[in-house]
Amino acid sequence: MISANLVTLLYLVASVCFIQALKGLSHPTTSRRGNLFGMIGMVIAILTTAALIIGLAREGTVALGLGRILLGLLVGGSVGTLLARKVEMTKMPELIAFMHSMIGLAAVAIAVAVVAEPHAFGIAAAGTPIPVGNRLELFIGTFVGAITFSGSVIAFGKLSGKYKFRLFRGAPVVFPGQHPLNLLLAVVMIACGLWFMATQSWLPYVLMAAIAFALGVLIIIPIGGADMPVVISMLNSYSGWAAAGIGFSLENPMLIIAGSLVGSSGAILSYIMCKAMNRSFFNVILGGFGAEPSAAGAHDETQRSVKSGSPDDAAFLMSNAESVTIVPGYGLAVARAQHALKELAAKLGEQGVTVKYAIHPVAGRMPGHMNVLLAEAEVPYDQVFEMDDINGEFGQTDVVLVMGANDVVNPAAKNDPNSPISGMPILEAYKARTVIVNKRSMATGYAGLENELFYMDKTMMVFGDAKKVLEDMVKALE
Amino acid sequence: MEAVNPTLVNIIIFVLAVYVGFHVVWNVTPALHTPLMAVTNAISAIVIVGAMLAAALTDGGLAQSMGTIAVALAAVNVFGGFLVTQRMLQMFKKKDRKGGPA
Repeated sequence: MISANLVTLLYLVASVCFIQALKGLSHPTTSRRGNLFGMIGMVIAILTTAALIIGLAREGTVALGLGRILLGLLVGGSVGTLLARKVEMTKMPELIAFMHSMIGLAAVAIAVAVVAEPHAFGIAAAGTPIPVGNRLELFIGTFVGAITFSGSVIAFGKLSGKYKFRLFRGAPVVFPGQHPLNLLLAVVMIACGLWFMATQSWLPYVLMAAIAFALGVLIIIPIGGADMPVVISMLNSYSGWAAAGIGFSLENPMLIIAGSLVGSSGAILSYIMCKAMNRSFFNVILGGFGAEPSAAGAHDETQRSVKSGSPDDAAFLMSNAESVTIVPGYGLAVARAQHALKELAAKLGEQGVTVKYAIHPVAGRMPGHMNVLLAEAEVPYDQVFEMDDINGEFGQTDVVLVMGANDVVNPAAKNDPNSPISGMPILEAYKARTVIVNKRSMATGYAGLENELFYMDKTMMVFGDAKKVLEDMVKALE
Repeated sequence: MEAVNPTLVNIIIFVLAVYVGFHVVWNVTPALHTPLMAVTNAISAIVIVGAMLAAALTDGGLAQSMGTIAVALAAVNVFGGFLVTQRMLQMFKKKDRKGGPA
């Protein structure tokens, strides 16, 4: 039988592997080795646990127990493998949301099993009640897991955008008394949790879990589709805390460490996303933003003229430039035009034009999404620059090509202290000699604001679907 | 001296792990934030350890089935998370090679 000390040591090795996995992501060249560390850590953890089970299980139950584990691994593993192989990079946010929900539900299922048979996990002797501290931890693990699950299901629906079901639509669902209702439910849920702590009976536990599931739905529905980068990061964080909560209930340090790593990672990503959108975290959570996108933009009805041009004109401008910086945005991801964009950049490169990409932190639908889309289109990552690294260069750039981005290049964020997006960090495209903007129409971005950049003398608008426009530009260059 | 409450030891581990996570994640390059999320999904699937104990060491039908379901749910993330991360990181590599000679 494997000793408890050895198990703990192996769990420590696995924990260190997980830290290495995250550490590797500091650079693309070290990231693959990091991921390998993560896999090794997971294999160590699973094999160690299997050895522990073989040692602890009562005679005659080992084979059946391991059989159930294998069944679960087989079913879950094949689903996971299939999803990982098949998913399109544009659909990555949905997959991530789906995986968050898996963790949430798994945490709840484990907590239920612990409440049913605490002695099997060694946290209470057979027939004795669960210690009060563990009850509290179970309560926390359960409600965080439940909120993560139902919240992620809603986020998944909003991200995929193909379901008619109202709660799965991008537009926020708001109703009077929403926040007081959520607060009331939260209070009742905590009361049930304390009741469970006092009695360890099923009724308050089930009530508490049911309210938590409902609460997960209620806190995500008022958040608009455009705020999804924050929501998905937040749920990432929750899934980590849920794992840590289970770790506390089972008194397993490895689960606590791994859960905390994920929890703090998600929290940092939420913070970065909020900062990049110039919103406070509470402002996002309270939601309702983007409910009436036309309201703010409609005040200025005076028709202002913009200079518009054809893809051919734009291609001509770019081929005569020395340097072109491309600003890809959400619209590019929606139009799935990243491959066409790569084609254009390659053509320009052949003609001796220096091409760079400038990425705003909220470009795409989740943190780093645009980088993955460009990587998929085989854009070399040394051509792709983060906002802070490239902002100083716009003044020396001949042409900036803005593809389906709006608010992130709106100079009002810097120049107009009264603008709602004042202070939001932007890509300073307006400093370039010439700006080419591709949009489907003159509609405002999700902040519902006019963009001065579009009306500047040096700006040329190219209207149309991003993919179509890019393909026309490539043709014009041939 | 009386023994320290094990929960307290766990809280110490928790606080230090949050601290480590905070510092490690701030060093992640923004270009890899999506793979970061995918790999953290895989890492939080470490709850599979609890799920395995629930599936194998319990006697009742409720706990056993909950455990088995939890193993399956977590396994989706273990396999899906690491594989999709690998797939994404592979894309960042391919360009590495192509970008080299160009």
